[in-house]
Amino acid sequence: MTNDVTETADKTPAKEPETTTGTRIYRPLTDIVETSDGVTLMLEMPGVAAEDVDLILEQRVLTIRGKVHPTRPEKLQPTYAEYGEGDYERAFTLSDDFDPDKIDAAVANGVLRVTLPRAAEAKPRKIAVKAS
Amino acid sequence: MLYPFHTGRRDPFALMQSLLGDLNRATPTRTAQPSFPAINVWQGDDAVAITAELPGVDPGDIDISVKDNVLTLSGESKVPDVPEGSRWHRNERRYGKFTRALHLPFAASDDKVEARMANGVLRIVIGRPDEDKPKKIEIKAA
Repeated sequence: MTNDVTETADKTPAKEPETTTGTRIYRPLTDIVETSDGVTLMLEMPGVAAEDVDLILEQRVLTIRGKVHPTRPEKLQPTYAEYGEGDYERAFTLSDDFDPDKIDAAVANGVLRVTLPRAAEAKPRKIAVKAS
Repeated sequence: MLYPFHTGRRDPFALMQSLLGDLNRATPTRTAQPSFPAINVWQGDDAVAITAELPGVDPGDIDISVKDNVLTLSGESKVPDVPEGSRWHRNERRYGKFTRALHLPFAASDDKVEARMANGVLRIVIGRPDEDKPKKIEIKAA
C-alpha cells in the first residue's frame, strides 16, 4: 500500500469505440478484496448515482455499467480540462461458487461496492476426524 | 488527450492554448507529474468553477481554502475498511493525502466560495467580488 497519491487516475478508454449515446466509455479502476465471506469489488465511478448503475450476471460474467451525470456548471464556459466524463463499463468473469441471489451492490461517494458472497456449499468446511 | 468540450467552443485561441499546454506537459524537459485530483476549470464573467473527481473521498476529509487568489484543495483518500485477514487481489485505486493549489484569475473572498460534492465529484464555484468586476466608464460629452 503506498501512501502517496501522485498520479492522475488513469481513466482508460474501453476497447469498444462507439456507443449509441455518443459518450465515451471508461474502464473504472477497481480494487478486489477477498474476505472470509466472499469477494468485494470496489469500482471508482465518479459522477454515477446509485440508480444509474446496472449489474448484469450472465453465464458467470458480471457486467457492470454506470451512466454518468456530467458536471456542467451553468453559464460558465469550459476553459481547461484534465479529465473527461463518460459512462463506465467493465466485466468480470466469476468462478462458479458464488451465490447469484446474494450479490449486493451499493454506491457511496462515487464508488460502487459489490459484494459477492460465496455459496454456502463452497465455503471451506472442517471435517472432524473420528478416532476409530 | 481528451477534448470533450471543444466541439462547442467559441474561442479558437483557447483551444490553441490548451493544445500548446498539452504539448508543454508532454515534453520531457518539464518534470511535470500528473497531479491528483484531476480538475476541470470553467470560467464565466462573474465566476470560476473547478470540478474535481474524488471518488471514495468523504466530503469531511476534504479541505478547501482560499487566500487572495490561491485556492488550495487538500484532503485524504482513505483506504477502505476491509475485514481483518482479507487478501487484496487487485489494487488499481490510489490512496493517500493529496494537495493542489490553483491560481485564480481574481482575489476571491471566502463568502463567495461554494463547494458541493455529488457522487464523488467535487464542484467549487468562486464568485468574482464586486469590486473586482470591470466597470464600464461612461463617456461624457465635453
